[in-house]
Amino acid sequence: MGWATRMIAWTIYITFTGAVLLLLLPRAFARWIALLTTIAGLGLGLIALVRTPISDVAHFTTIVRVPWVPALGMNYHLAIDGISLTMVLVTGISAVSTVLFSWDVEHRQNEFFFWLLLVVAGCYGVFLSADLFLFFAFYELVIVPKYFLIAVFGSTNKEYGAMKLTLYSFFGGMLVFIGILTGYVTAGSLDLNQLSQFQFSPQLQSWAFPVLFLGFAVLAGIWPLHTWAPTGHVAAPTAGSMLLAGIVMKLGSYAGLRVAMNLFPQGFQMWSKWIVFLAVVGIVYAAAVALRQRDLKFVIGYSSVSHMGFVLLGLGAATALSVSGAVLQMFSHGVIAALLFAVAGRMIYRRTHTRDLDALAGLNLGRALPFAAFTFVIAAAASMGIPGFSGFAAEITILIGASKTYPLAVWITGAGMVLVAAFTLRALKQSFFGETKPDVHLQQARVALDPDWNEQQPITTAEKCGACLLMFTTFVVGVYPKLLLDRIMPAVEAMRFLK
Amino acid sequence: MSYLELLKLALPETIVVITALAVLSIGLGTGRVKSTATVSTAKPAQSANDTSTATGICSAVAALGLAIAIGAVLMLPRNATPFGGMIVITPLTLLFKIICIALAFFTVLLTTSEKSLRHPGEYLALVLFATVGLMLLVGSEELLMIFIGLELLGLSLYVMTAFDKTDVRSAEAGLKYFLFGSTSSAFTLFGISLIYGMSGTTSLAAVSEKLATVSVQPLLAVGIVMTLIGFAFKIAAAPFHLWAPDAYQGAPVPSSAFIASASKVASFVVLGKIVLVGFAPFHGSAAWHAMVAGWSPVLAALAALSILLGNLVALAQSNVRRLLAYSAVAHAGYTLIGLVSGDRTGFSAALFYATIYAITLVGAFGVVAMVRRETGGDDFSNFAGLSSRSPLLAGCMSVFLLSLAGIPPLAGFFGKFYLFSVALRAGANHGLLWLVAVALLGSFISLYYYLMVLKAIFVDEPVLASPRQVGVLPPALLTRATVAVLAATVLLLGITPEILAAPILAAVP
Repeated sequence: MGWATRMIAWTIYITFTGAVLLLLLPRAFARWIALLTTIAGLGLGLIALVRTPISDVAHFTTIVRVPWVPALGMNYHLAIDGISLTMVLVTGISAVSTVLFSWDVEHRQNEFFFWLLLVVAGCYGVFLSADLFLFFAFYELVIVPKYFLIAVFGSTNKEYGAMKLTLYSFFGGMLVFIGILTGYVTAGSLDLNQLSQFQFSPQLQSWAFPVLFLGFAVLAGIWPLHTWAPTGHVAAPTAGSMLLAGIVMKLGSYAGLRVAMNLFPQGFQMWSKWIVFLAVVGIVYAAAVALRQRDLKFVIGYSSVSHMGFVLLGLGAATALSVSGAVLQMFSHGVIAALLFAVAGRMIYRRTHTRDLDALAGLNLGRALPFAAFTFVIAAAASMGIPGFSGFAAEITILIGASKTYPLAVWITGAGMVLVAAFTLRALKQSFFGETKPDVHLQQARVALDPDWNEQQPITTAEKCGACLLMFTTFVVGVYPKLLLDRIMPAVEAMRFLK
Repeated sequence: MSYLELLKLALPETIVVITALAVLSIGLGTGRVKSTATVSTAKPAQSANDTSTATGICSAVAALGLAIAIGAVLMLPRNATPFGGMIVITPLTLLFKIICIALAFFTVLLTTSEKSLRHPGEYLALVLFATVGLMLLVGSEELLMIFIGLELLGLSLYVMTAFDKTDVRSAEAGLKYFLFGSTSSAFTLFGISLIYGMSGTTSLAAVSEKLATVSVQPLLAVGIVMTLIGFAFKIAAAPFHLWAPDAYQGAPVPSSAFIASASKVASFVVLGKIVLVGFAPFHGSAAWHAMVAGWSPVLAALAALSILLGNLVALAQSNVRRLLAYSAVAHAGYTLIGLVSGDRTGFSAALFYATIYAITLVGAFGVVAMVRRETGGDDFSNFAGLSSRSPLLAGCMSVFLLSLAGIPPLAGFFGKFYLFSVALRAGANHGLLWLVAVALLGSFISLYYYLMVLKAIFVDEPVLASPRQVGVLPPALLTRATVAVLAATVLLLGITPEILAAPILAAVP
């Protein structure tokens, strides 16, 4: 394996170093450290993408393996395959754009970027771990920084949202703990590659799989355990929502695939129809709820749940194509959700101090903020699944893959996609192209409330860079999904639950 | 064996006793505050200065003595049985003597910033006597000697708890602790005497040999259960925990730290030795649907009850020390799980967990001491806005609390993983899964109240400053440094748990 692939382990180290530096250095450096750190992480991911031959990432190949606690069989063991590589890339992209969209955070700046980098570092760690204990440590590491990001820097009902999100995550973590311990104690190993060869008894798989998968699925926003997601997203600061929807929700689905399905294939077969059922209910339900929301962030929050439903559907359908589509959807939704939250939380809310769709309809923002409007149109198109953007490529792959095993689910989901298009268009129209006359009183009241408020405040360069990065990514992957699918497909086919 | 050799083998204990006497006499000689009235503003500044000088000198001497004692422990041979087996020297006893002395050392450092101590010499002498009790306790495998150690430790702790004469809470806590503690001693003694009656010996290994030939009889069961109840009081396992909240809240902060840390570690070492060595033939089984009478189902029931009760009651607390007390009940429950699984690895997991728990709690009480010193209390409202007043203390406190909650990369996370994996491996067919599930449910609940404290520290606005504000006080750099060192230790033990887990595993026979 080449140096370029090996270097990807440094995403973790660099990000942790950046976090520690933030605690030590004065605040003048804070945002630059954060930006450089995340760019370095993204750069390492891109180098690995370009320089690694596809055959090298067809299997979960070890990068580093050092004994950690030999007495208990724990190793510091990192590995990579096409799926991990894809997830590392989306982490890098989301992280860079998140920092760009947090450029003007002034309140407790060092602390803000510290928590932010911890989340990012934990995510890199999860996506690269090949040792169950290491994996779980990174997985749990992400929980607490999220709490502080939301509880300290959030807005609407932030303490409630933060606590709810944290407790849901920790509850999921508890189920995961039981599942992981069972696997470890039964097989006597923590090495994911060894565990994926071990034959667990069907009786054990039949209860261990649902416990483990449900634990992960809480983080992926599975219906009916999704309610943390909308409240959490709304309460979080923009950066928090972008990270949550962009990467943290993917931790759950990635872990479900990498650990739960790979370890307990027979258990997975017993329960896969229930996963598909919950996924389809989630897609349709969340889309229908999103249609009735007035708060723009709630609309996007529910849309995240709906889009994550596609990921679960792809996983549950269990064909090589549908699972690959699910991984591509994790990537695609990571980018799109970050973009949507960036527009809603940063570009709109910071300038209008409202996210109420009815109020926004009166502001005629399409004229005042043309760049924001453009960004939102692109994001909405990608989110709805318009061809040419990554969302289409991912969702169509999932549906084609799933049509072999669960045709009925595909039909229902197809109908659900109409709802997705409906709420997205509604949000788009109300927020930027409202036809109501500008409500003068509303504006005056707002100006009186906040003297800094200025409708004409232009979109900053940092915001433009972040938005362009995300739009460019969704466009490239939409036009040429083969770039990622070529690497994902072999890695998925190597997993044993397909055999 | 000549007396000189005996003295050599008991050198660490001797050094600590001599240090205690020295500290006592220094305390008598320097800066005794004359006025015995309540703390008032009229108190001359001169006497306050005297007290702090005396505290400084006494703590320095005590700390030095403890450091020398650690050195003396390191010089001991690896294996010996002086005094006809009354005291044993094994790798395990050596390791835990060092750990106990180190915990006492940190407690002594905490006393330097304590204002309520008007007789520092006497207080520190008590700490040192209690440390001797701990050393006897870990260093013995003989029921009588264990009982003497328990009593020496207990009597010192009662006085340490009631030491703050200006605070009625402290007196109440001391009295409660004394009443419960002496009752528990009675239980222990009763149990020990029954076991002695059955086996005719007080040495643990001999007891085990004798009991192996005896079938379970009601009398023996009573003896075992009585002994366990006595120790359940010591480790504050529910339903024998009632003294803990008052003692933790009312006692001077260093006393609370000492009770929560060193005393607990030593109790777990001894409890483990008694059940695993002495009562080995009556292990029983706590596996679900396959319970067999013995001490392990008793401990399993205590563990489950402690975890649930401790965590649930902690939810309702608004005082940080009381909250730590109830969480201590829960943590005693987690640690017991290691003993329930009942083999070598289970014991070492329990000891590892007890040790990191002790380190964490000394640190947490250090932060409490600083907050108390600056704001005059230790309710949630006193912690509000700590992150803007002192980022260092806030950061350290979050390290301690998150480690207690079991969040990586801190020591508590590894400790829990270790404990639960050992427990799950112990019973055939995952028999102890129920206990692990209860424990995980408990740690899920616990995250909520730990986060409530952290919310007060990081999110809440500081309540209006009380009259006793920062500025008039010296900054207590030593305590801050201690807290920082402890936080770094907790982090280090989380990242490389091997450095503590391996020695413990190697030392457990």
